[in-house]
Amino acid sequence: MNRFLWPLIGFVVLVALLAVGLNLNPRDVPSPLLGKPAPAFSLPRLDAPDKAFSPREMAGQVWLLNVWASWCVSCREEHPVLVELAKRKTVPLVGLNYKEVRGDGAIDSDKLTPTAERQMVIERAADWLQKHGDPYTLSVLDVDGRVGIDYGVYGVPETYVIDRAGIIRMKHTGPITPEVFAGKILPLLAELAQ
Amino acid sequence: MVLLLALTSTAWHGLHAGEARPLAEDELTEKRLVAIASELRCLVCQNESLAASNAELAVDLRREIRTLISDGRSDAEVLEFMVSRYGDFVRYRPPLQGSTLLLWFGPGVLLIVGLVTLLFYLARRDRAIRDRPLTADEQRRAEALLQDRDSRQEQP
Repeated sequence: MNRFLWPLIGFVVLVALLAVGLNLNPRDVPSPLLGKPAPAFSLPRLDAPDKAFSPREMAGQVWLLNVWASWCVSCREEHPVLVELAKRKTVPLVGLNYKEVRGDGAIDSDKLTPTAERQMVIERAADWLQKHGDPYTLSVLDVDGRVGIDYGVYGVPETYVIDRAGIIRMKHTGPITPEVFAGKILPLLAELAQ
Repeated sequence: MVLLLALTSTAWHGLHAGEARPLAEDELTEKRLVAIASELRCLVCQNESLAASNAELAVDLRREIRTLISDGRSDAEVLEFMVSRYGDFVRYRPPLQGSTLLLWFGPGVLLIVGLVTLLFYLARRDRAIRDRPLTADEQRRAEALLQDRDSRQEQP
């Protein structure tokens, strides 16, 4: 009996470890920015490109920063959730339009002048929001993706929950599903609103 | 090691092929860039190094590292730049800290536990075999079996 017991226990432990390990999502990389101040930036606004927006303007409010682009397929998936969120006016939602032109593999952005690229970014982003609905309080343009790097963006869409003191409290990589919104984001917002 | 060198060198050639513009401007910068980027994981295709990956984010990050190097930052500062944004996950060689103790020493501990278990098992078996002489009954059976075999061998 004892002869079979230990190998059996070993096998069960191995299966348990594999069951847990193989079900982890390797894309879910913990962000070192959690609990740290949201990196500062100053980027042109989509609705008024000669005006800049900086996260400092949101001080005193809990808000969401959502990274999106028109070429991003998963963004289309989460978009209805964001539109619904905006309708209910739950929380201010700022869009970070990430590499609208450069991120699109179909365009050879090296051939564009900076002015032409910027014009194209604005047109494409505005078109997309007109077609799919604009849930954003405002969107800013991260043409070269440098602000994205400061936020540790590695896959669009990504969403950050930022508290009144400007501290990043949560980062969600991938589309926000209704489950993620109801299960993860709403409870955190309720907690932060207190 | 040779294989590793071969791999990194082919990866590097791949990089040359993918991106011709800013390279070879400053050989030292490029050498440092490759050295640092080989130690970093590309977050998009997680099993490729930042030096080898052709993912767009990797291209951006290499550009960023190149800028940092030409700004006169040290290798440690560049590494810190990456880790503060993407976490320890980007490092192929994670730092030695509480949460990585098992990662660093787990295999060694398992090996030692295995060896000790094996030695104990062998010693116990040895003793079991050596210490117990055959009983009279077993002796008889053994002799009978031996005889049986002998007689069978003579028969054919």
